[in-house]
Amino acid sequence: MSESQLLTEHYHKDTYKSLKGYQADGGYEVLKKAFKMEPQAIIDEVKASGLRGRGGAGFPTGVKWGFLPRNDETRYLLCNADEGEPGTFKDRMMMERAPHQLIEGMIISAFAINSPKSYIYIRGEYDQCIETVTAAIKEAYDAGLLGENILGSGFKHDMDVYYGAGAYICGDETGMISSLEGLKGQPKLKPPFPAVQGYLKKPTIVNNVETLAAVIPIIDKGAEAYKAIGTEKSSGTKLFSVSGCVEKAGNFEVPLGYPLMDLIELAGGLRPGRKLKAVIPGGSSAPVLTAEECLTAKMDYEDLSAKGSMLGSGAVMVIDDSQNMVDLLGVIMHFYHHESCGQCTPCREGTGWLSKMVHSILEGKGRIADLDLILKVANQMKGKTICALSDAAALPALSFVTKFRDEFEDYIKRGHQYAAEALHV
Amino acid sequence: MNEYIPQADKEFILKELKRYETPISALIPSLFCIQKRHGWVPAEAVKELSLLSDLPESRINEVLNFYTMFNKKPVGQLHVQVCCNVSCAMNGGRELAKHICETYKVGFEQVSPCGTVTVSPVECLGACDKAPMMQVGQAYYEDLTNESALEVLEKLAFEKAKVSAHV
Ligand SMILES: Cc1cc2nc3c(=O)[nH]c(=O)nc-3n(C[C@H](O)[C@H](O)[C@H](O)COP(=O)(O)O)c2cc1C
Ligand code: SF4
Ligand code: FES
Repeated sequence: MSESQLLTEHYHKDTYKSLKGYQADGGYEVLKKAFKMEPQAIIDEVKASGLRGRGGAGFPTGVKWGFLPRNDETRYLLCNADEGEPGTFKDRMMMERAPHQLIEGMIISAFAINSPKSYIYIRGEYDQCIETVTAAIKEAYDAGLLGENILGSGFKHDMDVYYGAGAYICGDETGMISSLEGLKGQPKLKPPFPAVQGYLKKPTIVNNVETLAAVIPIIDKGAEAYKAIGTEKSSGTKLFSVSGCVEKAGNFEVPLGYPLMDLIELAGGLRPGRKLKAVIPGGSSAPVLTAEECLTAKMDYEDLSAKGSMLGSGAVMVIDDSQNMVDLLGVIMHFYHHESCGQCTPCREGTGWLSKMVHSILEGKGRIADLDLILKVANQMKGKTICALSDAAALPALSFVTKFRDEFEDYIKRGHQYAAEALHV
Repeated sequence: MNEYIPQADKEFILKELKRYETPISALIPSLFCIQKRHGWVPAEAVKELSLLSDLPESRINEVLNFYTMFNKKPVGQLHVQVCCNVSCAMNGGRELAKHICETYKVGFEQVSPCGTVTVSPVECLGACDKAPMMQVGQAYYEDLTNESALEVLEKLAFEKAKVSAHV
């Protein structure tokens, strides 16, 4: 039980939100331990733990930190709390229930990479999080946990909150940097990677809320102990946001490699009399799994990628037999078209085309040939753009149409019948 | 003659201009401040912000137009944002959005004849476990039914009316 609750063990306590309550449960003790370590030793420990980014891309955290130049240039730490991937609501819970856990994880990480300044970039809609985290930062300053000479360590670190104003694309790390710089939140061409040239052209590390919090148990228990949890290649625990057609939707922290069907059970299982049709296992950008694929799916980076999907942000959207796949693809395509920042032609035009084609099917105007056209357009959108949004739009289109082709064909054949009830908004 | 950015807001904005590594980062917080005051961001306020911040209007408008949370035209007293993304869609979010529209006799993104509501279908707000849900102003309302959502809106509208009767 506690083994799989490295982060969320105390989340049920209301007191955990406050500095006092957090400290009563051992909060900021790991920071003291970290200050006795060499910064490089912390980076090595994180590298050895196998921790991979929990924001979506799954890049090894220690390796990313290792890309920073070895000089005295000012470097920034940015926490990605933009949480825009449809289906994801874990960072919101982490910030609302345990703001000091994030702050502690960030101070340890900042100490490791020798950063004097960090920002927590929270999506603008998360008003409650902005308030809670801002208050917690103030508490931390008042207690000498931020600012000059933290806990007598000689380390100085300032932290502040910044917030977005409604743009999924600001979740991309370079989009977020543009936004923080006061520009339109458009992603930037890489290289240079942020670790070399990021915020204000200075070396910058961007990590997700959950990633930064996970640094605490790694430094506390050691890389070996962390690696012992999960699978050989996917170590540690992960928070999964389970929603959709389940009885008790919510966030669940389990070891990586946890069977998908068991995770659905944790979320109360399916509704009475319903059958599983499909699951989107890692946010709307992740290719959909059929019910049959779900039976053997394990929630880790390797297993989902072997099944042609991905772990993504850990947003598990459960789809039962009351749902229509054409309808849901319409929702997803509308989203990507709406959120494309328009810089790259394949993405700007491609998301528009896909959305239009799926909606024309929904309106009863589809032709069977449209399905191949959707596949063709989607294939042309992959791997050609500045950021991954274009691929993120192409992948669900490809997987929905390929895996549920019968349902799409049936809809097209009887389209006018369905169209009357179509709900797309 | 600063009618659009009153003194209190001006002070907030001046502080924000110094808060971040670069003054231009203050644009998002400043635009939110203006929107809180007026319900949307009028062009006159952008002009005043430009004078106050020493940033060109074109830069301010770029940021203003990029982000969906900024209202570029007036909205009803209650800006009702109903999530219509996947998990909410599977649990009646779109039906809810349409139901609210029908009740208030208004289309999406318009101001209802009584001036009370503007309904916007929006993307995932990170409350998918409590679908369907809506955000009104800053607050989240979750696990809604058509009935409970309308009750919330009636209550909020009543409170607004009370407040404006007092001033
Ligand atoms: C379109 C797009 C949206 C993204 N949204 C988020 C997000 O909301 N939160 C997040 O942590 N990462 C998001 N990412 C991933 C970030 O670019 C980046 O990989 C991540 O923040 C790195 O942190 P991590 O290594 O700790 O996961 C997004 C990427 C893309 C391309
Ligand atoms: S891929 Fe799309 S969202 Fe990403 S930078 Fe290009 S146009 Fe913008
Ligand atoms: S899908 Fe509606 S809040 Fe996430």
